[in-house]
Formats: sequence, structure tokens, C-alpha cells
Amino acid sequence: MKSLAELQAIKEKMKGKVALREGSNDIRVVVGMATCGIAVGARPVLNKFVEEVDKAGLAGRVVVSQTGCIGVCQYEPIVEVYEAGKEKVTYAKMTADKVEKIVEEHLKGGKVVSEYVLADIK
Amino acid sequence: MIRAHILVCGGTGCTSSGSVSIQQKFAESLEKNGLAEEVKIVQTGCFGLCALGPVVIVHPDGTFYSRVEIDDVDEIVTEHLLKGRVVERLVYSDTGSDEEVDVKNVALSDTAFYKTQNRVVLRNCGVINPESIDEYIAMDGYAALGKVLTEMKPEDVIQCITDSGLRGRGGGGFPTGRKWALTAPNQADQKYVVCNADEGDPGAFMDRSVLEGDPHCLVEAMAIAGYAIGATEGYVYVRAEYPIAVARLQIAIDQAREYGLLGKNIFGSGFDFDLHIRLGAGAFVCGEETALMTSIEGNRGEPRPRPPYPAVKGLFGKPTVENNVETFANVPQIILRGAEWFASMGTEKSKGTKVFALGGKIKNTGLVEIPMGTTLREIIEDIGGGIPNGKKFKAAQTGGPSGGCIPASLMDTEVDYDNLIAIGCMMGSGGLIVMDEDNCMVDMAKFFLEFTVDESCGKCTPCRVGTKRLLEMLDKITSGKGTLEDIDRIEELCNYIKANSLCGLGQTAPNPVLSTLNFFRDEYISHVVDKKCPAGVCKDLLTFTIDKDKCIGCGMCARNCPADAIIKTDYVAPGHKLPSYEILADKCVKCGACIGSCKFKAISKK
Repeated sequence: MKSLAELQAIKEKMKGKVALREGSNDIRVVVGMATCGIAVGARPVLNKFVEEVDKAGLAGRVVVSQTGCIGVCQYEPIVEVYEAGKEKVTYAKMTADKVEKIVEEHLKGGKVVSEYVLADIK
Repeated sequence: MIRAHILVCGGTGCTSSGSVSIQQKFAESLEKNGLAEEVKIVQTGCFGLCALGPVVIVHPDGTFYSRVEIDDVDEIVTEHLLKGRVVERLVYSDTGSDEEVDVKNVALSDTAFYKTQNRVVLRNCGVINPESIDEYIAMDGYAALGKVLTEMKPEDVIQCITDSGLRGRGGGGFPTGRKWALTAPNQADQKYVVCNADEGDPGAFMDRSVLEGDPHCLVEAMAIAGYAIGATEGYVYVRAEYPIAVARLQIAIDQAREYGLLGKNIFGSGFDFDLHIRLGAGAFVCGEETALMTSIEGNRGEPRPRPPYPAVKGLFGKPTVENNVETFANVPQIILRGAEWFASMGTEKSKGTKVFALGGKIKNTGLVEIPMGTTLREIIEDIGGGIPNGKKFKAAQTGGPSGGCIPASLMDTEVDYDNLIAIGCMMGSGGLIVMDEDNCMVDMAKFFLEFTVDESCGKCTPCRVGTKRLLEMLDKITSGKGTLEDIDRIEELCNYIKANSLCGLGQTAPNPVLSTLNFFRDEYISHVVDKKCPAGVCKDLLTFTIDKDKCIGCGMCARNCPADAIIKTDYVAPGHKLPSYEILADKCVKCGACIGSCKFKAISKK
């Protein structure tokens, strides 16, 4: 190790990989992963979220997690976004293609992507 | 992309309850379910709740699974990781609080056991993979060393440690900053930094957990100490009985060398530092600093008189700083977060936190780290979850064989160095053994004295002969042959040994006796005058009797008696059909098997 910059570079590279364990995240993205969700493709959605959140450099702020069935199976895959102090946002009939937009506009920009929201799809 | 981490505890406790095979099973199961690319398995150090091992934590939710068995692994993978459903039956249920907790998702940090803790020393234990230097760096690892080498002068480092109020965590409580300041100005061609990892107190295992869970922290701290006092070589003296700790420390040293964090010209500052491991063969006396250094030099581990102190003439006759693992583990955080931050925790003269190893009659046995000044009541009742089986708390032994006991009446004592010394105890390395009403205090004192008699190195007479004679007198008391004069003689001998022994081992060996005599003198007197052991422990003073009116004559006790000491009588109690039994006192070996076998609670020991 010849300089602090070198140490800092390793730290930056590793930070995203351990952030998952810190639990001090502002936003929780929860993907419904019960049988109904998995059957209509929740797995690729979940993995796409993990990938995009990391790509956007949000790994320290956003945690991507999974949950069971919330009861509206016909709208699966369902993704819920929890943010402290804000109302929960529920996205329905998700696909991996929709993920990028949600990460970019909602998680990064703070603006809900209303066209994907459960209430509007109904 | 990795979306979840499975943390499997790889500390000694969980390893011995099978965590290694659980980890392998997770790998197989993830592979089978096609999750190997999405879920990562991390072997970590100790989480602290050793009683509930093997411990597994699943992130990002932080779900805390306890007592995981190999057959549970598939269920966790298919239910939790595949379908997102927590396996509720394996989730730790809080024993420490009465509040209703959402059982569905109990994260480790929400449990009563962890909530009151403040983890500084153990901050990375159970969080990072101890065998990965990169993960340590991600948690600000080696940033303190970088700061020290590029921004601070050695005297600034010492000043920072002095201002923080950090005191030695190995037992004595000597101010760390002062120790460094005494060593720094001594000129020599070579100086040394030594880490005392010869943790020998029965029941204490915090140093092992740091070595196993966060070994890089020690490497970094010792390099900082080396810079502060002008030493370029360091030795870690660690027990050979800690194979996992030794292996992980060696890995850490190798990785640090590879990254150039040990070796020549670290961070381009011109500072050189390297570390070596020396294994101890398990002698308790080698935890004494002069004996430890003698042992590193390759000689028989015996203490020598001080002065000269190690600061002047230590390892290989050169100026040496010697600190314990837990003390060192505080150093990088103090450098990074500042002396004021550290000094804001704890009491007036004892700053920071202390790690305690909870053991004995307590629900949550394991490791806890709490601010100095937390009361014993909080430690035992809130964090430790209280005494199991509805028994009453009697006393807690701190400081192992060198310490003393704290009785129930002093449960609200704020635990710090000075308060403990004031009541005849000592902090020691932080072992805390809890005793309930079934523990005999004379027997307890005898247990620790047996340990010190065994471990006395024999160099000085007060310790070698004195502790042996002391043990014989205690034996006399527990076997019912003691007199009141013996109690006085014990006290006199204790004080003599304390005053005249060469090193800390002898000087503190009588403490368990003196402290039990102080707080539980009545128990000694019962043994001597009434020839009774109130707790029912000392066998020679017990008689086992069967209440003939309660005995229904089933004969279970007689069948279970290994000495054939129980026979049938002619007496049939009113309302019973069969004759009752009785115990022949001359044949009884007082093993207690009959009490365990009697379903009618007809047998008692007094």
C-alpha cells in the first residue's frame, strides 16, 4: 500500500458488497416472491432490481428484499417501495424491463412512476 | 448479482456445534435451487449469543435464525431465499423482554440482547468475513493507520489515546496512553509492541472472538502502537488452544503483508512494521506480562520482579509496550472517531465500553459489549435474560480466579474499574460467571483456588506454598472438619500471599476467598459450626433422606442407586399401598441419582 488513495479505491469497490449487511438503508424495495409471484416472473424482476440499484450507485441507500404473497395474485409480480416518512408505493405486473425506469425515476429521482402503480393499472 | 447474504457464524462456539457442515450444506442447497449466483455465503466471527448456536443471519432483512440444524438448511433456502417467507420456527424468540415482538421478522439488532449493547470492539464480529482484508477495508479498516502515518506525529497519537481515557482491558486497568508515553522516549536500537492474547481466565473468551471475528483490527492497532512508540517489530502471544484464532490471525498478517500494510515503507511514509505470532502452551502465568515476554524469548514462562518495567527493559531487554487484544481493538476507532467520542462513553474514570463473557446460571450465555458504568442488574436481567428455572440470583464472579464476587445486595453497582475494586472485586478480563442459590460460595472459592494452585509457576514461595496450604484449609472446611480459628487463619494467610507474591497471579489468587469471606461469611460459618452446606453442594456435609410419608414405594430410587444404599422398610404410610424406602447413610455416596429419579419429591438433601 503506497497511498491513501489506493486504500480508498479498495474501500469504494467493496462498500457496495457489504452494504447489504448494514441495515441502515433509507429505502426498501420488496419483491413478492410467493408461488404466484415466481410463476409470473418475479425472480428476473428481483435480480434486475439488485443489478440496477448497484449500477446506479444506490447500494448504500436502497435495500432490495423479498416477501411472500400479499393477496392480489392476479397483479403479480408485485413490487413495494417503502421509504421512511412516505406512503408505500405498490407497483404491479412488473417485468424486468420496467425496473430501470423505476430505479432511475423513483429511487434516484424521488418521483413515483405512476403508470406502473397498482391503483392505476386497476 | 448478489441479492442476499447468508452469514454463518464461524466462531469457536458455533463451529463446535456444527456450523462448518451447515455452511457446506447451504452451498449445496443454493446450487441445487439455482441461487448460487444470487446469494452469497459469508463465514463470520462470533455474534455473541453462543448459547443459541449455530447462528445464521440472512441479509438484507437481517433475519436471525438460531440453533440451526443441518436439516433446516433446505427449508431456509427454499422458503426464505426462494419465496421470501421467513422460517418462523427457527427465528430467535426474545427471552429478555416482555414486549410483544413481531416474531415474523426479528432482526438481531432488535433483540433485547443486542439493543442495549454498544459495539466498538466487536463492531465487525459477525458482520464481516474475517478472512477477507477487503471486507475489513470496506468497514473503514486500515483508515486509522493511514491517518496516523500521513497526518499525525507519534506524540499526537499518544496524546489522542491518553485523552480518550482508554485503560488496559486485560485486567489491571493501567492507562494505555500513559504506558505508550512511558515507552516512547526510551532510546534503543529496537523496540517492540507485544499483544497479550494469552486469555486464560476460565469463562472469558472475548479476545478469542476478536481474533476470530476481526483479526485485521489487531494488526492495524499494533502497527499504530508501533508508530507511536517507535517500534518496528510486533509479537502476538496467543494460546495454542485457539486454533481458529491463530489461523485467521496468520491469514490476516499474510494479507496485510501482501497489501503492503505490514512491511517496509507503509503508505509511503517511511514507517516499517512487521508482526509475528508466538504460540503459548497454555500456562496461566504466561498472561502476566513479564512471564509472557520471557516465554516469547524462548525461556520457561516465569515472571520476574519489576522494576525494570517493560517500558524500559521488556522483550529481549528492549523497551516494549504490551497490551491486551481488547485494548488494541479500541485503538483504530479512537483514532478515526476521536478521543472525545470515546471519552463520551463510560464513567468518569473508566471510559469506553467493556466486553463481558456471560456464563454460568444465566439464560443468554455469550459475549456482550456495553458502556462502562452499566449496572450489574442491567447486564444480568436485561441483556442476559435473567436466571433460568426461576432460581434466585446469588452472586456474580468477575475477574475469574483473580477477582471476587458481587452479591445480590450490590446488584445496582455500576460496573467499572474503580467501583469493582472498591467492593473487593476486579474487572479482570471480563469473565462474568453468574451463580444462583444452588451454588455454594465456599465451593466456588475452592474451585478458583484449585485453578491457581495448578497454575502457580512455583517460582516464589508465597504463591507456590501459600495457595496450596490455603486450599487445604478450604478442603477442611468443606469436608466438615473446619473450626472458627481456621477462618481467621485463612484470612491471615490470604493477606500474606497477597502482600508477598512476586507477580499478579499470586497477588490476586486469594481474592475469591477474601471476597466470599467478606460477603458470605455466614456460609463459611454454617460449614464450620453447623456442619451444613446451605446450598447443598459440599457432599461431605450432606445427608440424603426419604420422607417416609411422601414415599409411595415405587422403588425407582433403589433401582437407580449405584451404591445399593436404598432399601425397602416395613413402614406403609397411611393412604399408600406399598412400604416406603430408606437410605443407608453409611453406604450412600451422595451422588444425587435418587433425587433425580423420584417423581414424588420425597427425597431431600440437607
